[in-house]
Amino acid sequence: MEKPQIWVFLEQRGGMLHDVGLELLGKARELAQASDSVVAALLLGADVAALGDRAIAHGADVVLLADHALLEPYRLLPYTSVLAQACREYHPAIVLLGATAMGMELAPRLAARLDTGLSAHCIDLKLDADGNLLQMVPGWGGGVVATIKCPAHRPQMATVMPGVMKKLEPAPRSGRVIHLAVGEDLDVSGPQVLEVYREEPKERPLEAAEVVVAGGWGMGGKEGWKLLEELAGLLGGAVGATRPPVDEGWASEEQMIGQSGKTVRPRLYIGVGISGMSHHVVGMDGSDFVVAINADPRAPIFEVADIGIVGDFREILPPLLDEIRTRLQGGGMNPPGISA
Amino acid sequence: MDRIIVCVKPVPDPKTWDRLRLDPVTKTLMREEIPSIINPLDKHALEAALEIKDTQSAEVVLLSMAPDSSLPVLREALALGADRAVLLSDRGFAGSDTLATSRILAEAIRRLAPFDLIFCGNFTLDGSTAQVPSQIGELLGIPNIMHVSHLEFGDSGRLVVTQKIEHGYVKLAAEPPVLLSFTKEANTPRYRTFLEIMAAETREIAIWTNADLNLDEALIGLKGSPTQMADLLLRPKTRQGLRLTGNPEEIAQRLVEKIQQLGVI
Repeated sequence: MEKPQIWVFLEQRGGMLHDVGLELLGKARELAQASDSVVAALLLGADVAALGDRAIAHGADVVLLADHALLEPYRLLPYTSVLAQACREYHPAIVLLGATAMGMELAPRLAARLDTGLSAHCIDLKLDADGNLLQMVPGWGGGVVATIKCPAHRPQMATVMPGVMKKLEPAPRSGRVIHLAVGEDLDVSGPQVLEVYREEPKERPLEAAEVVVAGGWGMGGKEGWKLLEELAGLLGGAVGATRPPVDEGWASEEQMIGQSGKTVRPRLYIGVGISGMSHHVVGMDGSDFVVAINADPRAPIFEVADIGIVGDFREILPPLLDEIRTRLQGGGMNPPGISA
Repeated sequence: MDRIIVCVKPVPDPKTWDRLRLDPVTKTLMREEIPSIINPLDKHALEAALEIKDTQSAEVVLLSMAPDSSLPVLREALALGADRAVLLSDRGFAGSDTLATSRILAEAIRRLAPFDLIFCGNFTLDGSTAQVPSQIGELLGIPNIMHVSHLEFGDSGRLVVTQKIEHGYVKLAAEPPVLLSFTKEANTPRYRTFLEIMAAETREIAIWTNADLNLDEALIGLKGSPTQMADLLLRPKTRQGLRLTGNPEEIAQRLVEKIQQLGVI
């Protein structure tokens, strides 16, 4: 590969591809167009070659495939050794990983082994004129955004949370597969896997929802929370939360949006009873359109809202639910789930 | 277990973050008078170590890289039951990114050898990169496990570690030496009364500078950091900031019109 290479780690567990890898391919494609680079997807596992086709359809020019029984299930040290060896052989300019449980463990270990820089939880990636990757990273709960560079070390590494980048529509594209040699020198030391337990969620993941209705401490309890669920249901969306409702048990950990939770970028975000502390805002500020409902006119959430409504949600939400129901029944609107 | 090293970091109290201001000229954060607390997840790491000390005896050593002004925060952690503490404080450490920070911590840990276990919080509130635990493990050449939500001991001292992943968990068997970083599910940290914390006021904390670690200056601080900050901006305001007023029915009507324009329904 003569051209500069942008690599994306394609995370899979048990043959199930994580969307974040495809999302990163979308971003890598954009960066590659600006810099005449090659996009390569890194795929590790056992009997996972078929997943490479999806990577190509979503924007990869090349799939770097390490297919070996010892690479299933994922283990940190064998994965680090395969990735480090591949980087030393092919010299990518950029390596991107999802900030998932796996990526958060693997990326820093790999960066330390390669003696290079790594930035975490980037909200955007760009290239400067010299081919340096500009890594936009939120700090202090999102109140500030730092631009990070790694000028003197290669590869330039970054992690990105699921839901931040947009994946491309799959298209018939051509790409080639390069097999990475996994030999007897593979590092198989380290902890042994006793059990992997996963339960695929029945609901659509929060990060994929086009409408997110989120509640905060101001909801006061489970009673108020039902109104949010009703609103999300009518809009065909998902319910999210800040930290306090999760701690109180009104919402589950999976629903938490923010610095230590998920990042959402829906077309419409409605925040109810949310004060707008920066550690929540960092997880929702990429939404296309933001509506905030809060009784406190000085709540910081209004600073990041397109539409602000000052008032008690108990008075605002019931007529809103009625209005939506009326319009859904009266025609003129497509019921959620049926596209126009 | 003989020795467990627990990495702790004083972080600015998140309740005060909205008071953080950016100096418009120097583009540095004006952090004066922002009080520090122990990074919350580090308390879970310490608790995990103290539980081992309670049941099978171990020396628990606190390790922190922070300015001298962090001593009160470390004393509070000592009061919880750690045996001793080492503070890494040197002007030369300032500006270290995660890799340079991990080099400093890893070198200090080498000088605290022999050790069986190293415990960290899974991430810190301020930087939130969650990169240091894996990097310390790599630099020491020992395995590490992140997202530890439960730890128990099996036969012959083997560790059985539950790692939280998306929609589930992984159970792993590990042997010391290993580095584990804990989530809040791992345990409930113990607390101390004000008097007990006061009693720890007199506890000595060893302060190590780079004269003790003897690291090449090209590997630490700003100079030793592969990543550099090119720019720092307050998050720009790009929202419309319209206020809807009127009675709830009017508000509902106008909001639904807007939602319809967006085309989400």
